[in-house]
Amino acid sequence: MLSFNLLVAVCLAYVCLLFLVAFTADQRARRGKVRWLRGPLVYTLSLSIYCTAWTFYGAVGYAARSGLEFVTIYLGPTLVLVGWWGLLRKLVRIGRVQRVTSIADLISSRYGKSNLLGVLVTLIAVVAAAPYISLQLQSVALSVQVFARDGLPGGTADSHITALWVAVGLAVFTVLFGTRNLASDERHHGIVMAIAVEAVVKLVALLSVGIFVVWGIAGGWEGVFDRLGASRMADWPLVPSRWAGLTFVSGAAVLTLPRMFHVLVVENSDERHLATAAWAFPAYLFAMSLFVLPIAIVGLDMMPAGANPDLFVLTLPLSQGETGLAMLAFLGGFSSATSMVIVASIALATMVSNHIVAPLWLALGAPKLRSRGQVGRIGADAADVRGVVLLARRVSVLAILAMGYSYYHLSGGGAALSAIGLISFVGVVQILPAMLGGLFWRGATARGAALGLVTGFAVWLYTLYLPSYGAAGLLSAGVIADGPWGIGWLRPGALFGVAGLDPLLHCVVWSLLLNTTAFLLGSLLSFPSPVERMQGLAFVNVFDQPKPSADWARGGPEAEDLLALSQGILGAEAAQGFFLAEAMAQGKAGFLPDTTPRFLEALERRLAGAVGAATAHAMLMQVAEGAGVSVHDLMAVASEAQQILEYSSRLEAQSEELARTARALGEANEKLTQLSIQKDAFLSQISHELRTPMTSIRAFSEILMEGGLEARDQARYAGIIHEETARLTRLLDDLLDLSVLENRTAQLRISAANLHDLIERAVQISGSTAPDRRFLIRRDDAAEHVAIFTDTDRLVQVLINLMSNARKYCDAERPELRIQVRTRGNRVTIDVADNGSGIPRKAQAIVFEKFVRLSDTARAGGAGLGLAICREIMENLGGTIAYLPGQGGAAFRLSLPLRRTLGAAA
Amino acid sequence: MPRQILLIEDEANIAEAIRFVLMRDGWQVSTHGDGSDALERVRAIRPDVLVLDVMLPGRSGFEILSDLRADPEFWALPVLVLTARGQDRERDAALAAGATRFLPKPFGNAELVATLRMLDPGAPGRTAIDPGAA
Repeated sequence: MLSFNLLVAVCLAYVCLLFLVAFTADQRARRGKVRWLRGPLVYTLSLSIYCTAWTFYGAVGYAARSGLEFVTIYLGPTLVLVGWWGLLRKLVRIGRVQRVTSIADLISSRYGKSNLLGVLVTLIAVVAAAPYISLQLQSVALSVQVFARDGLPGGTADSHITALWVAVGLAVFTVLFGTRNLASDERHHGIVMAIAVEAVVKLVALLSVGIFVVWGIAGGWEGVFDRLGASRMADWPLVPSRWAGLTFVSGAAVLTLPRMFHVLVVENSDERHLATAAWAFPAYLFAMSLFVLPIAIVGLDMMPAGANPDLFVLTLPLSQGETGLAMLAFLGGFSSATSMVIVASIALATMVSNHIVAPLWLALGAPKLRSRGQVGRIGADAADVRGVVLLARRVSVLAILAMGYSYYHLSGGGAALSAIGLISFVGVVQILPAMLGGLFWRGATARGAALGLVTGFAVWLYTLYLPSYGAAGLLSAGVIADGPWGIGWLRPGALFGVAGLDPLLHCVVWSLLLNTTAFLLGSLLSFPSPVERMQGLAFVNVFDQPKPSADWARGGPEAEDLLALSQGILGAEAAQGFFLAEAMAQGKAGFLPDTTPRFLEALERRLAGAVGAATAHAMLMQVAEGAGVSVHDLMAVASEAQQILEYSSRLEAQSEELARTARALGEANEKLTQLSIQKDAFLSQISHELRTPMTSIRAFSEILMEGGLEARDQARYAGIIHEETARLTRLLDDLLDLSVLENRTAQLRISAANLHDLIERAVQISGSTAPDRRFLIRRDDAAEHVAIFTDTDRLVQVLINLMSNARKYCDAERPELRIQVRTRGNRVTIDVADNGSGIPRKAQAIVFEKFVRLSDTARAGGAGLGLAICREIMENLGGTIAYLPGQGGAAFRLSLPLRRTLGAAA
Repeated sequence: MPRQILLIEDEANIAEAIRFVLMRDGWQVSTHGDGSDALERVRAIRPDVLVLDVMLPGRSGFEILSDLRADPEFWALPVLVLTARGQDRERDAALAAGATRFLPKPFGNAELVATLRMLDPGAPGRTAIDPGAA
């Protein structure tokens, strides 16, 4: 007999071997030598974690209890793998394109990065995993007991204690292995390699036992069939509904079990491996199941009644004294159990840490960190983040194993292995509607998915999971027998009164029916968010996107492509310099370095300096993987683009302002030029006005100086000189006046007066300057008696000017001047009109301009500044002067406030 | 036969002074004060020398001069332009329009007389200054 100590020693040695394999694989992967590690063979072998201790031990038990039905467990995965082109390929492609890290991530990502869905899927997966892990613990505990029965001093070992130790051992192993480091792509080369080794070990072990049983005990296939005829196995009927249901459930479970999703999708490095796995994995399953029936038949025949058929694989060789073979069988079972637990707990821990711990940690005010993927790229402050995530994973692993052990402990550890496994299967299959809907139906929404998941999960919990704890469990015997509160149609085993159905099938039918209904209704009755819509499109039409290349590290992007990209961004010289330096750093000649991850990171950082981190990453991804850009990338790009847009619109605003300024400058310049021209014209006009009288004065004064004139002429010429001098003085006075008025620096002397008196004064003065002409003046005295508060002298000046002009230019036979005053509110208007021919229409517009004279100089007698001065005065008084056309003669209207307030004119 | 001068000047006082000075120098002087019909006056009188102001009511002296120079009959007519703005630009414009000489206002009487003598070979006072030319 094998001693218990030896058993423990062999186990430890085996674990050490696995550790070594995993360590070596990790080392090779780190050096970039992953070609062999990631080949289709290793991929196919890694899929064998589907075959757990349940398959290794339980299948024989299943066959012994239920005949051929165990085949369904192999049939489902076979169908899924064989039909890989339709479903698995899409799943793997999406996983690759979207950089999915777990099944929770897949669902969450598909439905608009909904973390609620991530949490839901994680919850279902963890709860469903508990029985499964418990199953592994139970099988290892049972197998250890077989050996320990005689070997352990002090009698029979307590199976619970054994299971606890196994759980602890597995937890330590997983923590050491699966959470040693964080890989941004969630790939574990070492683990996958170890699983592949374990896959070989368990296959060899089971085949060895099978060959021994068939040819060593039964004496060939004839002996087996002889025994079959004698056993009751031949009588077990096939139940079509159970066959169909179980095949479906096991097929669906291959897709939805977190650990299967992990090895199928996340660890997949090349889609083409699926083509190999499509035949190789069913072949593996066939080999694993080949001897199940013979072992069961022979076991039932040979072993004493009451022996646990789950342990036939172990007990048959032992009964024949083949301890070496038994040890191999034990190692096979141990391999099955450990590989499942390790991968399952890694996959689950990833989900728990990414969808529950990290969001919580972030919500509790941790420094900024996105959950998945980015962990490795955070940079300087990543150390503590990595610590937190690693710790979360380790604690999750421990918690998951603790749950498995609790289930084992609570359920009593006595149930058949296959029954426990199926409970888990049905649990995770609840994810299937949301997954398939997400893959093939763009109308599927997060709300629908959540409703379906919750509904299916609840039905599963109520009708299968909770009852599986037994009467001592969470549901009392009363509830199980009579329904809650005695409501019969709510009995867990006969929902809605559908009794007589197999409990497992009952749960499958109801949970999936209600789950799918809720999913469909929820999706139809809700609208997807924009991100959901985008993701839905990306998932459903994943094959429309460019095909991703095999592997970042393996196939790698072409350095030339990267150089082309970089030249476009950095400029040819800078890009070539960078590539040259990197190639030299790698010890390579030329300027095309190997596209190692380190180089890609450096390049990404370099590009990020030019185009922003998200854009750089998305661009590199595009070139490197040919992968479609993930929504996360797109969002980041969009926000960068947004910033650029804002920046450019700011620039645009600035340039618009510049243009405005330039326009204003141009206008100012134009105005200045205009002013300068006007000033020029003004100055030359003044020059002319000054030189004209001076010419007369000079000429006549010279004539007078020369003498010899008659006294009459002498007097006349002196008179002309005097007249021209007066004209000069008047001109200078007018110019000064105008300048003061135009600059608004004229001192206004505001005083109160009766407007009638002011008009009277103006009439008197203007009449005195040209008394030779009889002028009829029409006035309305009553209207003129208005109190006015203004600079009275200035107003009189304007009136005089207008009246003098009338006297000078009115060409009527009997000249008349009409003065009309109207008061409206605070304003008064004074019209001064004569009955002459008026001012020609063409001249009306310029009549107020400086130096405008409508008649010859002699008649005007001034420099043509009178009306210009009038206009300036009126503006100073807060009023206006305007020519009134169509009055039959020259008519001007003055309009001014009755009460001039100082400062209002400024 | 006395030499004939046509003076086109709108400022009555200036016209009177020039007329006085030139007549004293022996010229026969006609005056005209409006720009619009000045050309007709030139054609009617056919003076030996034309004295032309620039700032005229109706038409500017430059316009009158341009039209005059377009007529072959008056290509060689000596024209003295009187300008009042005192700018080089105006002098250039006067010469461009075809002025023989130009005189900025205000000018001395002797200056005016000397300029006119220079313009016309048969000027009345010319023999007194330069007997050899007779």
